[in-house]
Amino acid sequence: MGVRDIDEGTSLHYTFDVHGGDFAKAGDASSRVKRILQQIGAGPEIVRRVAVACYEAEMNVVIHAHNGTVTLDADLKRVTITVDDEGPGIEDIAQAMTPGFSTAPDSVREMGFGAGMGLPNMKSCSSKLDIKSVKGVGTTVRMTFDNA
Amino acid sequence: MAGLVKNITNISGEAGEAVRVVMNTELSDSTTSFTLREVCDLVNGEIICGEELANQKVASACGCDLMSDVLAFTRPGSVLLTGLTNAQVVRTAEMLDLKAIVFVRSKKPDERTIKMAESLQLVLILSPHPLYESCGRLYTAGLSGCQNHGHTARA
Repeated sequence: MGVRDIDEGTSLHYTFDVHGGDFAKAGDASSRVKRILQQIGAGPEIVRRVAVACYEAEMNVVIHAHNGTVTLDADLKRVTITVDDEGPGIEDIAQAMTPGFSTAPDSVREMGFGAGMGLPNMKSCSSKLDIKSVKGVGTTVRMTFDNA
Repeated sequence: MAGLVKNITNISGEAGEAVRVVMNTELSDSTTSFTLREVCDLVNGEIICGEELANQKVASACGCDLMSDVLAFTRPGSVLLTGLTNAQVVRTAEMLDLKAIVFVRSKKPDERTIKMAESLQLVLILSPHPLYESCGRLYTAGLSGCQNHGHTARA
């Protein structure tokens, strides 16, 4: 398994825009990330882990933020997903990491999200999860996936 | 495998018992699987997308309306049963490499969502039964849940 078709030392870099509240397009960025990783020959397990975590992070931008970006960086050793948004920020990151905790409105829960599993999912899928957030400004989530 | 299990239930007496023991050993290593067409028949359903892919086999299923729970606990290659019909259900199935979605109580997703599923080669089935009964029919027939309690995206 692994990212096979890139020469040592080279890497790829893509950025996709995500718009808050645009549920019709929610998941498009993660879908493209998934396809790119498949095209470069990454193994199905790492592709799935990245896709699930990226999708959760993208949904968070659509649900909570005004707008944001999903950035994919990949080389032979690892995949990094950075999701950066302008939004309300996360007041208490430790609390947000608790399974079941959610501040999503009922309209989002009716679509099957807001169950409070987003951040725990991102953590269990990734090798490393790093969250930086400033209240009223925005949030940056960085996830690395080691190509084990 | 589904066919084999049905055959065993038809065998009675001592010979049947012997076969059953052998089969149980076999089942512990593998799992009972069904084609998507069999899944559709078990729920008295209708395939509305991906008819040509209905010969694919599935060995596990998940019944859930919480997409984050699906993302956390559903095994790749499973079939998802849900009462939701929005595009996020199809996106969730895409991320997890699921093979099919069964929409319960015959709720049909809109054309755009069906088109998305088509492009992702997902099979969509409408079941006339509610979620509990749809799941029950598949479980009773031998289709197992996603019992791996670790994070299944790693499976």
